[in-house]
Amino acid sequence: MLEVSAITQIFGGVTALDTVSFSVAKGDITGVIGPNGAGKTTLFNIISGIYRQSAGTVLLEGKDVTGLPPERLARLAMVRTFQNIELFGAMTVLENVMVGMHTKSSSGLLACALKMPWSISEERRIREGAIKWLEFTGIIDLADHTAGNLPFGKGRLLEIARALAVEPRIILMDEPAAGLNSQETLGLAQLIKRIRDLGITVVLVEHDMELVMDICDRIVVLNLGKKLAEGTPREIQESPEVIAAYLGDDD
Amino acid sequence: MKKDLLLFTGFSTLVMLAPQLFSGGYLMNVLVFVGINTMLAIALNLLLGYAGQISLGHAGFFGLGAYLSGILTTTYSLNPWVAMPTAAIVVGFLAGIIGFPILKLKGHYLAMATLGLGIIIFIVFNETVELTGGPSGLSGIPNLKLAGISFDSDVKNYYLIWGFTLAVMLFSLNLSNSRIGRALRAVHDSEVAAQVLGVNARLLKVQIFALSAVISSLAGSLYAHTMTFVSPASFGFNFSIELLTMVVIGGLGSIYGSFLGAALLTLLPEFLRGANDYDIIIYGGLLMVMVMYMPGGLVRGIPALFRKIVVKGKAGNA
Repeated sequence: MLEVSAITQIFGGVTALDTVSFSVAKGDITGVIGPNGAGKTTLFNIISGIYRQSAGTVLLEGKDVTGLPPERLARLAMVRTFQNIELFGAMTVLENVMVGMHTKSSSGLLACALKMPWSISEERRIREGAIKWLEFTGIIDLADHTAGNLPFGKGRLLEIARALAVEPRIILMDEPAAGLNSQETLGLAQLIKRIRDLGITVVLVEHDMELVMDICDRIVVLNLGKKLAEGTPREIQESPEVIAAYLGDDD
Repeated sequence: MKKDLLLFTGFSTLVMLAPQLFSGGYLMNVLVFVGINTMLAIALNLLLGYAGQISLGHAGFFGLGAYLSGILTTTYSLNPWVAMPTAAIVVGFLAGIIGFPILKLKGHYLAMATLGLGIIIFIVFNETVELTGGPSGLSGIPNLKLAGISFDSDVKNYYLIWGFTLAVMLFSLNLSNSRIGRALRAVHDSEVAAQVLGVNARLLKVQIFALSAVISSLAGSLYAHTMTFVSPASFGFNFSIELLTMVVIGGLGSIYGSFLGAALLTLLPEFLRGANDYDIIIYGGLLMVMVMYMPGGLVRGIPALFRKIVVKGKAGNA
């Protein structure tokens, strides 16, 4: 589904990522973990087209997507969420998700402004689609609220609903559990599994080990910009390198 | 949706009845300017209030529309109805071409670049004397004619200008409640998130910049054909700032707000005329107070004030 090979990112003189390679299988939930500063978010920014890497390639469903801008990747059915949720704060919850339908609609500027018949029916379809995703994530009762006023946990759900409206085949989530309480994290775990059950491949960066071990099929461990280990949750838990990186070597 | 339609119908009815309620050529003439400024404020608001991109050069696009219409109908004897769309298309293209590099800039840098653009256009109006008449202006621009009616009186011009203004309002209201309008607002709030969802932010910004220029050009053409005379003084940097003030005072991201802002800033100097030399001080002071106490603009500030008074009144009765 997603193949990352030899990604290297150099910021000034600092090597943030050093020849990182891994692949994500279709339909899996893959976790990317590692201590702070390991380069997880940088990696996500590269895969999602926000940064341009110094070297290395990204293949999406076998297609070379290296260096494509985020809006092109959305049309190739890849979408992401952000660690510090990036909502459209002045818009309503429903409108936020309706923006997610952008690639699934096509009325141009003039058609919209002149209310052409096809743009009216498209508008209805966008609204219905958005409502469906608000129901899926369980925040339909907040549809008319201003997104900027949502509590953090609900904002997180909204960001996921909005990303799902793109109808992605792969979704990248940057620390989806950050800032959530334990109850919300449990709900999130269920939601991520339900997303996977829709046939959507999930890749997430996460610090909450309990969550990662619970839901991930495979885990990639980064440390200091390098891939340290890759495997099933059990393999990772038993890997001496990983234990050393997290707990510190006793030398 | 029903509420929006009702509001627009009500507003249009008021606009159409206004000449029956008020009379006097002078007032009609002022209201013609309210219409033109409303179109311009809406044009700038689409860019600033919706897409979040500033322009300090919009008087330039307004002037280009006016001059192109003027030159095409006088020097080249074109029919005004042909000259107007021709000017709009030329200005739209020009804005599109300039927009691509310029809209890569953000914030202060974009403000500086558009400021420069406005100033360059202003200089061209002044210096290309054989084409524009230079500082002394261009006169003898024909009025618009439709089905044997020549729009040459204040009342006729009122209906002409407000017909176009209402059309621009409806066009913009529809746009703001569509996928394009939402994408614009999304780019305003978080450009990166909008891009991740598949919105081509760069292209969208250029499109709206061009649309904004086209509406400004249209307002310029209408100005030229109603005034029958244009000179560079109307299209300088000051007027760009005045437009910006209308948009902010009226309410960013609100079409009706642009009308309120345009109406206030056009009518206020007329009312203050009696205050002799103090008018500019009162004018400036009022604007300061309004920005301080109505940061959301008139369109949000007036209902809030109204609610406050009603609530206080009810509390007083109880």
